[in-house]
Amino acid sequence: MYSILEAKELVADLIYEFVVKAPNVAANCEPGQFVIVRTDEESERIPLTICDYDREKETITIVVQIIGASTYKMKYLKTGDAFCDFVGPLGRPSDLIDTPIDELKQKKILFVAGGLGTAPVYPQVKWLHEHGVDADVIVGAKTKDLLIMEEEMEAVAGTLYITTDDGSYKRQGMVTKVIEDLYAEGKKYDLCITIGPMIMMKFVCLLTKKLELKTIVSMNPIMVDGTGMCGACRLTVGDSVKFACVDGPEFDGHLVNFDEAMKRTQIYKTAEGRKYLEAKEGDTHHGGCGNCGGDN
Amino acid sequence: MDVLKKVPIREQDPKVRATNFEEVCLGYNKEEAMEEASRCLNCKNAQCVKGCPVSISIPDFIKEVKEGNFKEAYDVISKSSSLPAVCGRVCPQESQCEGKCIRGIKGEPVSIGKLERFVADWAFENGVKPTVNAEKKNKKVAVIGSGPSGLSCAGDLAKLGYDVTVFEALHELGGVLVYGIPEFRLPKEKVVKKEIENVKALGVKFEKNTIIGKSFTIDELIDKYGFEAVFIGSGAGLPKFMGIPGENANGVFSANEYLTRSNLMKAFRDAETPIMIGKKVVVVGGGNVAMDAARTALRLGSEVHIVYRRSEEELPARVEEVHHAKEEGIIFNLLTNPVEILSDENGWVCGIKCIKMELGEPDESGRRSPVEIPGSEFEIECDAVIMSLGTSPNPLISSTTKGLEINRRKCIVVKEENGETSKEGVFAGGDAVTGAATVILAMGAGRCAAKGIDEYLSGKEN
Ligand SMILES: Cc1cc2nc3c(=O)[nH]c(=O)nc-3n(C[C@H](O)[C@H](O)[C@H](O)COP(=O)(O)OP(=O)(O)OC[C@H]3O[C@@H](n4cnc5c(N)ncnc54)[C@H](O)[C@@H]3O)c2cc1C
Ligand SMILES: Cc1cc2nc3c(=O)[nH]c(=O)nc-3n(C[C@H](O)[C@H](O)[C@H](O)COP(=O)(O)OP(=O)(O)OC[C@H]3O[C@@H](n4cnc5c(N)ncnc54)[C@H](O)[C@@H]3O)c2cc1C
Ligand code: SF4
Ligand code: SF4
Ligand code: FES
Repeated sequence: MYSILEAKELVADLIYEFVVKAPNVAANCEPGQFVIVRTDEESERIPLTICDYDREKETITIVVQIIGASTYKMKYLKTGDAFCDFVGPLGRPSDLIDTPIDELKQKKILFVAGGLGTAPVYPQVKWLHEHGVDADVIVGAKTKDLLIMEEEMEAVAGTLYITTDDGSYKRQGMVTKVIEDLYAEGKKYDLCITIGPMIMMKFVCLLTKKLELKTIVSMNPIMVDGTGMCGACRLTVGDSVKFACVDGPEFDGHLVNFDEAMKRTQIYKTAEGRKYLEAKEGDTHHGGCGNCGGDN
Repeated sequence: MDVLKKVPIREQDPKVRATNFEEVCLGYNKEEAMEEASRCLNCKNAQCVKGCPVSISIPDFIKEVKEGNFKEAYDVISKSSSLPAVCGRVCPQESQCEGKCIRGIKGEPVSIGKLERFVADWAFENGVKPTVNAEKKNKKVAVIGSGPSGLSCAGDLAKLGYDVTVFEALHELGGVLVYGIPEFRLPKEKVVKKEIENVKALGVKFEKNTIIGKSFTIDELIDKYGFEAVFIGSGAGLPKFMGIPGENANGVFSANEYLTRSNLMKAFRDAETPIMIGKKVVVVGGGNVAMDAARTALRLGSEVHIVYRRSEEELPARVEEVHHAKEEGIIFNLLTNPVEILSDENGWVCGIKCIKMELGEPDESGRRSPVEIPGSEFEIECDAVIMSLGTSPNPLISSTTKGLEINRRKCIVVKEENGETSKEGVFAGGDAVTGAATVILAMGAGRCAAKGIDEYLSGKEN
């Protein structure tokens, strides 16, 4: 069992943070990697990005958005409870980790996070900050209430640009608009790293391709084992088929076939499941049904 | 009694079992086992033993069964095998022990596998366990993977007194025995769990959710955690795809994914992990894995076709599985090869385009290889496709272990006599070395490496 040392609600009824004791993962993980978690003996194996880690305290922080049956269960976990399984670190660390620091210092790096994507972007920005590199960060949320980790991000980012779709806080518009605005102001970057819903990453990539800005994305396809054994997570990247769990999850965004990847996330969303989610959540429906695009 | 024929085995009726996940074969009872055992001629120069990869003293154990001494029979088997309840069920006996049995010349061979299974099940029911006698040696050995090779290597080392820890990537122990082979062929609670408990009873420790190469490396096991030798039994888990158009469509699965969802994640009994239940499913391939995927889909309610590019004779699956699959109503499209997977406008599979094949001239190996018949393309309508084209070893370990030699097929290179790899103190065996093979070969390799490790560590002392 893997004890939950701290459970926190970041956004009411939607986004939860857990600090979990997991010595084997904490000893060797790097930014960009993920874990697979099972709540109890009947649960699915749910992949979640490592959002922070503390090697001394032997802990891993994960941030979960409630979108379906398995994540819904996690909502009830309290400090002192435990996950039945917690395995990792999985996937390859972010390429930043292997790039010489001097080289990174020469580069102007832009992070673009959407919604929950703020959480997995955080450890990378923090890692860079600790190594003396300040990266700019754009964080987009649908509305003010859905914004997470603002303070933490502020502490490690170069300049932090916040935007909301409805204009309820700071800038108004999608993250792509902020990128356009920054470029219009004459800013230029050498590398972009974007994490968020697939649909957002797709549009960021369409834009950065035009801007000739190299862009890394972190893909979240459906997974089962996370070790390269099932092929559920396969994606088309350039001319080849890659397994996101072992070859990724980060890829060159300009090579990823997003349309195929988005279709593949629908495989286990049944018609009834979709209707149920939409009906239950009514106006507050935020995605997870696979239809509205909120989760993609 | 007709001595030329096996005592018939009781099985669930095909119509009934096609809708449930209970074990198909019900096994012999005492009387039936003793009667079948009496067919054995107790040959002096027993050919059957030569057919068994681990050389079980078959005539000796069968003689004990004939006399009703089941405990003694179990002791004979235990000398050579650590997983008899599993091997009795899943060995391809027709090409191994039973294929060589003298009785098979005129009639049917002795039902060696079913007798072995009977003895092992009897031992479970009567609480008979393998015996430990060794003095503790204060030496730590790490075993990677809890499949048949890892379990038997760990068991043998523990019997010799070593302090053994098995590291397993998944949340359950057993390797292919739990994630691949379905319940209706190999019951998990009744058989696999019990075999694992036997290994635990020998003092072996298990660490689940630990991936060597990710959680930590082999070098760390040795340098940081003080293991003096390591056995790699990580299997051959990486699925192959054909590389044909449409393979990433929604509704195309590897057999590994389909079986893992059903077996490991228990989708067959409605646990939380979903599985897609197609109306009409096409399984591509002809091995045990293909049969298991097909029969799983059938039980979940699909119409199932097997598409295989050679003819029936070449089907690599166990004869019993092919026979069972047919009885249950699986449709075989033989001498047929897929060329493209068709999908609808939403990206879902709606059919598979195949081409007819014929067997050409025999190649150097004597096998007649299939060649396409030009212009014979046709479509099979279906809403799911399961690719069962074989697997290769996962590179997670080889790519993170310096000095570990692998061959062109990504298999770990070892010395045959003791399982030693190119890296000092590191041994390997099972599918990770041979590529996808059989339970009994993996088990044999695990035992051979245990001997190798014992010799290596004893030598180090002096
Ligand atoms: C590498 C990786 C990192 C991730 N990091 C995070 C994270 O940090 N925080 C977070 O909240 N979520 C993250 N996700 C997504 C998270 O795993 C899914 O939201 C979760 O599996 C949904 O399960 P559910 O049963 O609640 O949803 P349901 O909609 O009921 O799921 C139905 C099925 O679809 C699968 N599924 C649905 N959506 C996704 C998806 N987006 N990704 C993968 N599988 C999906 C589920 O496994 C399940 O089998 C990550 C996914 C991946 C692959
Ligand atoms: C569906 C199916 C049906 C089959 N039917 C038959 C049959 O009827 N008869 C027969 O004889 N054989 C059959 N086989 C083949 C047989 O099961 C295998 O040959 C045998 O299990 C190989 O044993 P192994 O110990 O080498 O590897 P595996 O059983 O594959 O076990 C390897 C274990 O290592 C773990 N692992 C892998 N990498 C790591 C890592 N880095 N760190 C930690 N753990 C790791 C895996 O999770 C797994 O649990 C079948 C195989 C399949 C898939
Ligand atoms: S282990 Fe397999 S090959 Fe050997 S006797 Fe038993 S069933 Fe036959
Ligand atoms: S070859 Fe057949 S008859 Fe002879 S000992 Fe073996 S099982 Fe018995
Ligand atoms: S999740 Fe199974 S291969 Fe990637």
